[in-house]
Amino acid sequence: MAAPGVIRERPNVIGALGGLLWLLVTIVPVYYLVLTSLRRQQAYYAENPLLPPAAPTLGAYRLVLENDFLRYLTNSVIVTVVAVALVLATSLMASYYLVRSGSRLSRGVLSVVLLGLAIPVQATIVPVYYLIVRLGLYDSLFALILPAVAFAIPISVLIIVNFVRDIPAELFESMHADGAGHWRILHSLVLPLSRPALVTVGVYEALQVWNGFLFPLILTQSSSVRVLPLSLWTYQGQFAVNVPAVLAAVTLSALPVLAAYIVGRRQIVSGLTAGFGK
Amino acid sequence: MTLSIRSGAVSRRAARPRTGPPFWLAAPALAIFALFALLPLGGVVVLSFTEWDGLGTPSWAGTDVWFDTVSDPATRQAMWLTLVFVVLSYLFQAPVALLLGVFMAGRQRYRAVWSVLYFLPLLFSSAAIGITFRSLLDPNFGLSRALDSTAFRTNWLGDPDLALYVVVFVVGWCFVPFHALLYQAGVRQIPATLYEAAVLDGAGRVKQFRYVTLPQLRYTIVTSSTLMLVGSLTYFDLVFILTGGGPGDATRILPLHMYLTGFRGYEMGPASVIAVILVGVGLALSLALSRLSGAGRMQSQQAGL
Repeated sequence: MAAPGVIRERPNVIGALGGLLWLLVTIVPVYYLVLTSLRRQQAYYAENPLLPPAAPTLGAYRLVLENDFLRYLTNSVIVTVVAVALVLATSLMASYYLVRSGSRLSRGVLSVVLLGLAIPVQATIVPVYYLIVRLGLYDSLFALILPAVAFAIPISVLIIVNFVRDIPAELFESMHADGAGHWRILHSLVLPLSRPALVTVGVYEALQVWNGFLFPLILTQSSSVRVLPLSLWTYQGQFAVNVPAVLAAVTLSALPVLAAYIVGRRQIVSGLTAGFGK
Repeated sequence: MTLSIRSGAVSRRAARPRTGPPFWLAAPALAIFALFALLPLGGVVVLSFTEWDGLGTPSWAGTDVWFDTVSDPATRQAMWLTLVFVVLSYLFQAPVALLLGVFMAGRQRYRAVWSVLYFLPLLFSSAAIGITFRSLLDPNFGLSRALDSTAFRTNWLGDPDLALYVVVFVVGWCFVPFHALLYQAGVRQIPATLYEAAVLDGAGRVKQFRYVTLPQLRYTIVTSSTLMLVGSLTYFDLVFILTGGGPGDATRILPLHMYLTGFRGYEMGPASVIAVILVGVGLALSLALSRLSGAGRMQSQQAGL
């Protein structure tokens, strides 16, 4: 394996072949997904699934759009935007407190929040369900937002704290000397200087919430609050043998993320490994 | 490693501020976290001693729930399947992710282009991936027809002897890119001088990998392995969509067994017992791995455990 900075040797043929193999493994399903979504239903049963359709059509997409797709899209957008906004706002405020307050209490708070990194979401679904039902939030968009925010806070605080910590103490002190209140310091010092961390956290959480399947599955049931990942599941039941329509729904649900990936690949890549790699 | 938090540094930098920010700034984050993450963690322990059908009020049932659940053959079977699933997933994902990460770390142009595509699985929801693979692996209209090969005419997800392996593969398809990214970042931090020295010593590509790359990646390996093992212990979204635990019980791993017991069988008590077991094993596993690595860096990465 050629490593960075090493003097060029002969090309690594075995490495390239292995890489090519995994490339095929990765793109064949995606290629199949897009191709099939463009096929007519009858053609699906007749044509070779890996060859382009003889008569491509957007009919499957129209069918999906006519079946409430936009409502599910709107729900997903609402849940994602509100959840990410809440995560960023609460985590930033908390991080400012955790970094700048030298109190014993703040250290306790930090350890408690970091404990959350070790909680597997899946293992808490029964009590989360119980809580949401008891609070009367079952089958509402709030039911999806609040637990998502709660489980996002530990990693967000961790990343933002690491960033806010690097803001020189003198900046805080001089702002304070100028008579700035905590809101002003938060707004005109901490917020702008921790923007890279906020972008990272925002991207990471947006992907998590957008693609999340488990909370929608256990906490909602009406189609009026259905989000995209869950809608794919129900489309599958609804369209049944119309596989191109089901796969058109899958493609449409991933389209916003794909578009974001094309525009901001760097942010998405660094956002996804947020906190685990440099 | 951004995860490594030096709590000492936090307090040192912030030592003796004349007027520190008030506690209420942390209150919203703390309140939401406590209510919807911390409380459920405690709640699951309490609920594991109750009988509850998911609708009425939980009633106290004591240790019977634990006894019944743990001695239930279905749970035993799920535990065994989970062990097989975790081990197979690790054996598949770890080497592929490591090799792919090292490959992606190369500066060649084609590798940069390929890396853009390797990333694709991370953009899809588990529902999207599960549905796509179900269709692709369809014995009549999927790959079997495309390649016109009898080998692919197998009913991949419908054969109890094969389904688990297929699930391991699809879950790996999903998570390998993430771990490959970790390894890519790790490899790029290895000082080039180490490779230059190795070349001077006459080390070929394989020896460089064995004696420079691998040892230098040990922290990444521990991080990635912990995430992989603990992750596949509790993960089930994709399995739920791919097979729903079937055929029969062939892919009914423990977290899925928990979901089905609770939300399909309306037995929230036993489901909570399984959840507590999962939390316990998960915690033990990450603690053991951080001990095993024996590195201060890893311990601080697990800060708060």
